[in-house]
Amino acid sequence: MTNDALLFGLSGVLSSSAPILFGVLGETINEKAGVSNLAMNGMILLSAMGGFAASLATGSLGLGFLAGAAIGAAVALVVAFASITLKQSQVAVGYVLAMLCRDLAYFLGNPIMGMPGPRLTLSPIPGLSSIPVFGTLLFRHDVVTYSSFLLIFLSWFYMERTKPGIMLKGLGENPRAAYVRGANVNRLRYLYTIAGGAIAGLAGPIYSLSVKAGWKGTISGLDGIGWIILSITIFGGWRPFRAAIGAYFFSLLQWMGLVLQPLMPNVPSQVLQVAPFPLMILTLLLVNIGNAEWVERSLSHLPESVRRDIAKVLTALNATPPAALGQPFEKDE
Amino acid sequence: MLDDRKTRILFGSGSVLVALALTTAIVAATGNNPLQAYANIIQGATGSPNVAANVLVSWVPLALATAGLLFTFTGGLWNIGIEGQITLGAIFCTWALRSLQNTALSPGAIIAVAVAAGMLGGMLWALLAGALKTFGGVNEIFGGLGLNFVATALNLWLIFGPWKRPGVASMSGTLPFEPELWMPTISVQSRLAPVPLVLAALALVTAFILLRGSHFGLRLKAVGKNPRAAYLLGIPTWQHMLLSFALCGAFAGLAGAVQVSAVYHRLIPSISSGYGYTGLMVAMLVNYSPVFAGPVALFFAALGVGSIQLPIVLKLDSSLAGVIQGFLVLFVLMGNGLRLKLLRRKRGTL
Repeated sequence: MTNDALLFGLSGVLSSSAPILFGVLGETINEKAGVSNLAMNGMILLSAMGGFAASLATGSLGLGFLAGAAIGAAVALVVAFASITLKQSQVAVGYVLAMLCRDLAYFLGNPIMGMPGPRLTLSPIPGLSSIPVFGTLLFRHDVVTYSSFLLIFLSWFYMERTKPGIMLKGLGENPRAAYVRGANVNRLRYLYTIAGGAIAGLAGPIYSLSVKAGWKGTISGLDGIGWIILSITIFGGWRPFRAAIGAYFFSLLQWMGLVLQPLMPNVPSQVLQVAPFPLMILTLLLVNIGNAEWVERSLSHLPESVRRDIAKVLTALNATPPAALGQPFEKDE
Repeated sequence: MLDDRKTRILFGSGSVLVALALTTAIVAATGNNPLQAYANIIQGATGSPNVAANVLVSWVPLALATAGLLFTFTGGLWNIGIEGQITLGAIFCTWALRSLQNTALSPGAIIAVAVAAGMLGGMLWALLAGALKTFGGVNEIFGGLGLNFVATALNLWLIFGPWKRPGVASMSGTLPFEPELWMPTISVQSRLAPVPLVLAALALVTAFILLRGSHFGLRLKAVGKNPRAAYLLGIPTWQHMLLSFALCGAFAGLAGAVQVSAVYHRLIPSISSGYGYTGLMVAMLVNYSPVFAGPVALFFAALGVGSIQLPIVLKLDSSLAGVIQGFLVLFVLMGNGLRLKLLRRKRGTL
């Protein structure tokens, strides 16, 4: 492979990570507030279809993205209402919505299937884009890819460096303490769930208007990505930078699957496309196994020096979810 | 008052009405006649003995999946990996049929061994998800989903690789087995085989007996409600979780084996056909009750089969079946939540 092709491929990895980043960081926000939105997979399909349809009808890309965010927010509102107000299991509601929104997307998207439509064009940044190597890699993208870079920093800054961000952490870790501090826990949870849903909802139009432009129904190749996004959120340990590493790593693996394809003519293409999934299980195993009791027990039998090294690796990999994730909050308990 | 039978039925039917109203509105919004669409679905599911038989053919894997899921749900587990467990059941069944087809064994014995192999395959795949959950701390939803994709890849690799048709491999699956290795159907033209029907009914009865009338069911329920408390009460917690995975996997594997030996007579790429995912919806809709699982699975199967003709007759996508199913489960879930909320409020004021 030539250097140019490699550079071009890596640049593609960055842009195809954009929707994943929006999904993962949106989900990270609502999970930090204590609400997990398992509807992701269907929600992205519905917002991809809806965003494409809106921009097809109006001719405006902006309205397409807006529609995607609105769909994400609406689905998140249902999750919030069912889990916060009606105290139903977040997993149950999320799963049903994941299935329902997927079928809604296929049903409603039927008339616009395969239609040519608007798509986002590249906006190379003048000056910066002509820097060798880095110019191609970082500064020859479309607006959504640049936004995805920004989103990583913004969400980190908000969560770690601002006062409301600290309160957000409290909502998921210790809602009672947040309540004592004067936070209206359930109202804030509503707010963050809807905000997270709107951000994640943008992932849909990012696909249908940029990364995989158009709507092709069941062969759009988007079914499944929402579940990947949810597992990257776990891998990311609810920290924006780590989540970003997960998203880029996943896209890199997918790209490598495509590149390696011609080298392995006997392996059907579908097999290489799923190669990231066993790795996903493996990474989830690595980030969670430190929490298992038997690991601690067997580690205690090892010599001190070895034990300390292994423990260090496990701690570095380990990710602990917000303590009150999935639990309803009642102030008068 | 809000907890009595009458109110439950009232809220339940109210939820169903809301779900139907919303579906109707959505179909109307696409510029189609909702009544015509419903009539088409009903016609497509009951219009001829042939389509009615197809509904039963589709009920078998759905009922088997739902029966299995009742165990994992009782144990407090979300076995989304069931889709892969069905696939592995189909793969193991195909493998057994392929290895035994040229031996001296009688066709009946070969089919029996192959079905048992399918159950084993589903069980092993489920235990993998269970072990990841109990020993590795990997949430069963994500472990299961990952394993689903792996199962699909394994299936495709077999169809396009080692088990490909002589000549060229294709998406239409492996070479069909000889007709004597097909499970016997009620008549030559029909796809409906009586043995799988009986097996699915037996699976539901087994689930009912074990969950409602056995010590095991009671302990599993305790584990599902509160694993920590169950553990302190001396119930072997992780063993019960793994056992529920194994049972669910065996039923799912049976469903896969039936699809291979009685329906398709070969291994095809989408052998699990989403029955596992739909089974999760059925189990949720019946609130994990083994009594209603059978009839509701039949209704869902009828929706699925009935909507197949929609794209041809009305230019509507067949995913309308999934839309109806999704709205039903969503609103029944929310209706129940609303009822309990009103109940809590009422008790609070007393």
